[in-house]
Amino acid sequence: MISAPDVVAFTKEEEYEEEPYNEPALPEEYSVPLFPFASQGANPWSKLSGAKFSRDFILISEFSEQVGPQPLLTIPNDTKVFGTFDLNYFSLRIMSVDYQASFVGHPPGSAYPKLNFVEDSKVVLGDSKEGAFAYVHHLTLYDLEARGFVRPFCMAYISADQHKIMQQFQELSAEFSRASECLKTGNRKAFAGELEKKLKDLDYTRTVLHTETEIQKKANDKGFYSSQAIEKANELASVEKSIIEHQDLLKQIRSYPHRKLKGRDLCPGEMEHIQDQASQASTTSNPDESADTDLYTCRPAYTPKLIKAKSTKCFDKKLKTLEELCDTEYFTQTLAQLSHIEHMFRGDLCYLLTSQIDRALLKQQHITNFLFEDFVEVDDRMVGKQESIPSKPSQDRPPSSSLEECPIPKVLISVGSYKSSVESVLIKMEQELGDEEYKEVEVTELSSVDPQENLDYLDMDMKGSISSGESIEVLGTEKSTSVLSKSDSQASLTVPLSPQVVRSKAVSHRTISEDSIEVLSTCPSEALIPDDFKASYPSAINEEESYPDGNEGAIHFQASISPPELGESEEGSVENTPSQIDSSCCIGKESDGQLVLPSTPAHTHSDEDGVVSSPPQRHRQKDQGFRVDFSMENANPSSRDNSCEGFPAYELDPSHLLASRDISKTSLDNYSDTTSYVSSVASTSSDRIPSAYPAGLSSDRHKKRAGQNALKFIRQYPFAHPAIYSLLSGRTLVVLGEDETIVRKLVTALAIFVPSYGCYAKPVKHWASSPLHIMDFQKWKLIGLQRVASPAGAGTLHALSRYSRYTSILDLDNKTLRCPLYRGTLVPRLADHRTQIKRGSTYYLHVQSMLTQLCSKAFLYTFCHHLHLPTHDKETEELVASRQASFLKLTLGLVNEDVRVVQYLAELLKLHYMQESPGTSHPMLRFDYVPSFLYKI
Amino acid sequence: MKAHCSSPGETGETGSPHPPGPRSPLHQKHLDLGSGLGRSSSWTCCSSSSQIMGVRKSPLQTIGEEQTQNPYTELLVLKAHHDIVRFLVQLDDYRFASAGDDGIVVVWNAQTGEKLLELNGHTQKITAIITFSSLGSCEEKNQLILTASADRTVIVWDGDTARQVQRISCFQSTVKCLTVLQRLDVWLSGGNDLCVWNRKLDLLCKTSHLSDTGISALVEIPKKCVVAAVGKELIIFRLVAPTGGSLEWDILEVKRLLDHQDNILSLINVNDLSFVTGSHIGELIIWDALDWTMQAYERNFWDPSPQLDTQQEIKLCQKSNDISIHHFTCDEENVFAAVGRGLYVYNLQMKRVIACQKTAHDSNVLHIAKLPNRQLISCSEDGSVRIWELREKQQLAAEPVPTGFFNMWGFGRVNKQASQPVKKQQENATSCSLELIGDLIGHSSSVEMFLYFEDHGLVTCSADHLIILWKNGERESGLRSLRLFQKLEENGDLYLAV
Repeated sequence: MISAPDVVAFTKEEEYEEEPYNEPALPEEYSVPLFPFASQGANPWSKLSGAKFSRDFILISEFSEQVGPQPLLTIPNDTKVFGTFDLNYFSLRIMSVDYQASFVGHPPGSAYPKLNFVEDSKVVLGDSKEGAFAYVHHLTLYDLEARGFVRPFCMAYISADQHKIMQQFQELSAEFSRASECLKTGNRKAFAGELEKKLKDLDYTRTVLHTETEIQKKANDKGFYSSQAIEKANELASVEKSIIEHQDLLKQIRSYPHRKLKGRDLCPGEMEHIQDQASQASTTSNPDESADTDLYTCRPAYTPKLIKAKSTKCFDKKLKTLEELCDTEYFTQTLAQLSHIEHMFRGDLCYLLTSQIDRALLKQQHITNFLFEDFVEVDDRMVGKQESIPSKPSQDRPPSSSLEECPIPKVLISVGSYKSSVESVLIKMEQELGDEEYKEVEVTELSSVDPQENLDYLDMDMKGSISSGESIEVLGTEKSTSVLSKSDSQASLTVPLSPQVVRSKAVSHRTISEDSIEVLSTCPSEALIPDDFKASYPSAINEEESYPDGNEGAIHFQASISPPELGESEEGSVENTPSQIDSSCCIGKESDGQLVLPSTPAHTHSDEDGVVSSPPQRHRQKDQGFRVDFSMENANPSSRDNSCEGFPAYELDPSHLLASRDISKTSLDNYSDTTSYVSSVASTSSDRIPSAYPAGLSSDRHKKRAGQNALKFIRQYPFAHPAIYSLLSGRTLVVLGEDETIVRKLVTALAIFVPSYGCYAKPVKHWASSPLHIMDFQKWKLIGLQRVASPAGAGTLHALSRYSRYTSILDLDNKTLRCPLYRGTLVPRLADHRTQIKRGSTYYLHVQSMLTQLCSKAFLYTFCHHLHLPTHDKETEELVASRQASFLKLTLGLVNEDVRVVQYLAELLKLHYMQESPGTSHPMLRFDYVPSFLYKI
Repeated sequence: MKAHCSSPGETGETGSPHPPGPRSPLHQKHLDLGSGLGRSSSWTCCSSSSQIMGVRKSPLQTIGEEQTQNPYTELLVLKAHHDIVRFLVQLDDYRFASAGDDGIVVVWNAQTGEKLLELNGHTQKITAIITFSSLGSCEEKNQLILTASADRTVIVWDGDTARQVQRISCFQSTVKCLTVLQRLDVWLSGGNDLCVWNRKLDLLCKTSHLSDTGISALVEIPKKCVVAAVGKELIIFRLVAPTGGSLEWDILEVKRLLDHQDNILSLINVNDLSFVTGSHIGELIIWDALDWTMQAYERNFWDPSPQLDTQQEIKLCQKSNDISIHHFTCDEENVFAAVGRGLYVYNLQMKRVIACQKTAHDSNVLHIAKLPNRQLISCSEDGSVRIWELREKQQLAAEPVPTGFFNMWGFGRVNKQASQPVKKQQENATSCSLELIGDLIGHSSSVEMFLYFEDHGLVTCSADHLIILWKNGERESGLRSLRLFQKLEENGDLYLAV
């Protein structure tokens, strides 16, 4: 392996400087530098401002044995994202820090090549000049044709925000490990398959050689062997040896998981993951069956080839692409996982941290959180996993992301990771650097409620401080000296730590694993580097001083030749030209000739994925191949909701099917208002991938849109309050209208006010065209109903009037609302038509916070013992009732109809708490005999 | 925001349900709504046995949306049947069974609405169902369910395990009624003939072929007798239990009563001393159960109100089924009869109708029941269930027609018509009145039967294949709280500071 940092010194951004970076045509002295990222909507204090890419992205690179480090693909696969960022250079950088790449070879003591199963290494690295910080995850894949049988790869999460990488390290690591595991599993499978084929070839060759030798023996029956015969015999011997070697390799690769699993510490948190691995392993590495069957069904007639003796390593041979290395299915999976990661960590760090804390807190409120929280969001990991399982025909169990994965996402309490990384830095750097960060730490510490957890962190901190000396370095810049320290750390890391460390959760698990953390943070000003630190790393400091500005420093690198270019062209040729198949070298390649850009298959596959992995209760229509409609529908959050509403029985209703068929007809106009969104999906191919991860995709946009539309509704309709009251108090609101688009839009918007029954989708039916039935009111709390002008519609309206006591009716065409009177104070606060809130997402958050308050009231009311049960035997029911009333009124401050809202929520809470098997039955329909009123604009 | 409406139901608490004052503006406004909701035309063209139409064509008493005395504020739809559900039978305090034209019997938990058992065995619709609970005499305390079906079988089920205890298929005709004589520990099946069975399902004796139409109703009367309604006739049979003299059971025809002019549709016991029959043309006869003589005879249920309007009304629909007596229920003082679309209260002492509601429903009343608290519940082909209260008439002015939302489709005619029956009743000497205190709208088709549980509310079954459990919302809420705290305690989450 080339010592990468050395290369760094000579390959620095050459054409980078020459590129017209910004347009200014004015003379230099007149031009006021524009804020370069204004176009991307970034604010001046955005962390991105120093970076040359618009937002975070994931880069997969390979250290190719032929061309050196080269970028393979990015997620999202959109040039706009990384902009002028030099991928080649960065690939070089990130590949250079991998020191754990192991090689297969003949170790001194053994006769046969030995596979090293290396842990992935995880490194944080920064580059101040590029303004890029990266979490880098190195992994090695096996390739029979590669040098030493290994191909080093790395996946990097690149962000302009250093803190993001540092503080999300734990999460990033977990997510990337998952992706890596997927790749490696696929790779092992593919490698085993390749070995099998090779063995067959060898076997065949042996037979051929044997026959030839025999023939020769017979041909000359003199007492001596000709040189030819000797040569043959030698060849035969080498083939024999080769066979043994390959068999051994095969055995090794198949024995991987068992060996690995035994040696591993079973952390509670990792348990499931390991089980998952194990189950995968049991299928993938099960001797023969999986690999073989797969192999034979794919290519039923594999004809062994004759392997020429002395097949020389040829350097113009074509290396396998990542996809070939990992088996397309697994590769697709990985891409899906990666784009999931990209979605997951999108946005500002504050946002991520807040939402993580939010989620963690939400989980604690398991009694009430089902009411208004998007459960899709809370359990998104689970849902995502379930949906991402490809239902493509395959003999194997679907890879990697499987159901055994912890059903509840790992508690992403940011505090842990946050502290782990920051604290350990602090240990070295002391107060000057960390002052402000330290405060943050304190804050987060305070916010973490659970004392047990705090204990754990403390524990972890101690461990950190013990091992920090060896394992964590903070290097001033990306200077070549870092190599030295790295090798140090590598050495130290191999020292096994005591097993008791396991207790302190995943954070310290990281330290005991073979993974290492390197913090190669680039501190542009040396003031940040404490003195003692300077002393210990003089070289770093010196370099730092000599290049106070990144741009100036770059000059020194200009003279170098440009491997990036080389890499690029090489990459291009690899991808675009049909490969020259050298049968002696690249045996596994006979089916090629139709190589495609690595990103393209990902695209199509993910698309397919989306179709087949759609939950079974979705409309049948999709099965009939309305690909376009489907993707549109899928893209629209509202219809997504619709399709996950969990009442399959109802969905099978023929009339409903009829209705859904209409979607295909109207989808274009229907979603015309979301064109921008759809087009964005279309433009960024990777955006399509997460169709397997609907929550991550839809929730944000969904919220924003819903909030916006709700806001619009509140401003537009003066009678929004009673309508919202209806929803909150569990009275079904029927939105009646002719135009499906408008109705759906409003229903989606109003759905944010609908309390859920349980962990399933909200009881919202976006569009119905058949007459409503009593069952509907029991099931749905918000219904979009089609108004049909023809006599056929009479039945619908008749049913509506018959059941009018159960419903509030919002007539969109006539702008009327018929519903009970509302005189409370709650809804006006929730939905003030004069609100200053302008943005949909803000309003959504406002609603959420109000509703959370409401939930807590309902919780209090529900679980106050004395409010519902007599405190002693003689107490009458009336007394209890009056106590209830006064509690609601005085303690909770509820007026008039607000009481009903809390009472309804309380009933839902009770039901939810008592439900043994949630979601099995619908709750009863509760209603009041109250007069309705007609509201008009 | 403007509420274009005044409250239509704020007057419910006063003696007269609705003052006529604000009505006309109300209608005006409601008409707005009508057009708003349905483009008005579509509303009027819809027709069926609903209240909306009823308002216009007859003085159907309606109640607004505000029903303060209606306790049923919670409902649960139970779905298991695939055809009309005709029968409901109570098994014990919390269970009931439903049966209907799809031939299956389903046992439900009335409290939770949970489906407990499904009894499959009949190939055709079920024509009668009865429970046969063993008394203390029997060791095994299991509840039997007997079902008769149009496939000419009777199946005996174990109500606890859904086991088919026995299947009897030796019938010549469909068994239309079943009755259990607890005192004799036998049960009777009535089809074209009458058979007597013991608990072990041995045929003890049977009568000869009685009629092709078969027995339509069968009740037990004192002195080991049963009375069967066969067409226009009432036949009284006496059961002869094995005594010292004979070891055989026997059944003897004792008497035939031929006083009804038309087919007898309903027959029940009033008390130990009398039973009552009702016929297709509205004859109500109360019989002495001991000597089988007529105690009272009431006919022509339109007579108590010989007013012009009503006469016309009745002439308009002079079809006999309008006055046919479908069902009876009774308490100590009164017999309540479902006559056509109306409800009548016949006082046993005064021997006259003391209260009536001529058009209680839009369509025939199918089942009625008297609740302990002077309430009467009726269900009808129009798909509604109504709750009535029998009130002593204290004031002369009573206007029985509260108006509600539905009146908006009455287009003003309601006013005139609604007040008419009141006058009639006042002139008549009926001393009580049936006041509508609530209605339950849920079924989309005729409500065949209902069952009242003291503790769990009301169960209704209907031709729309559904069963609805109506519950008192407040009480249920309290019960849920109770269970919640019980569960909290079980989970150890509850720490009472004592």
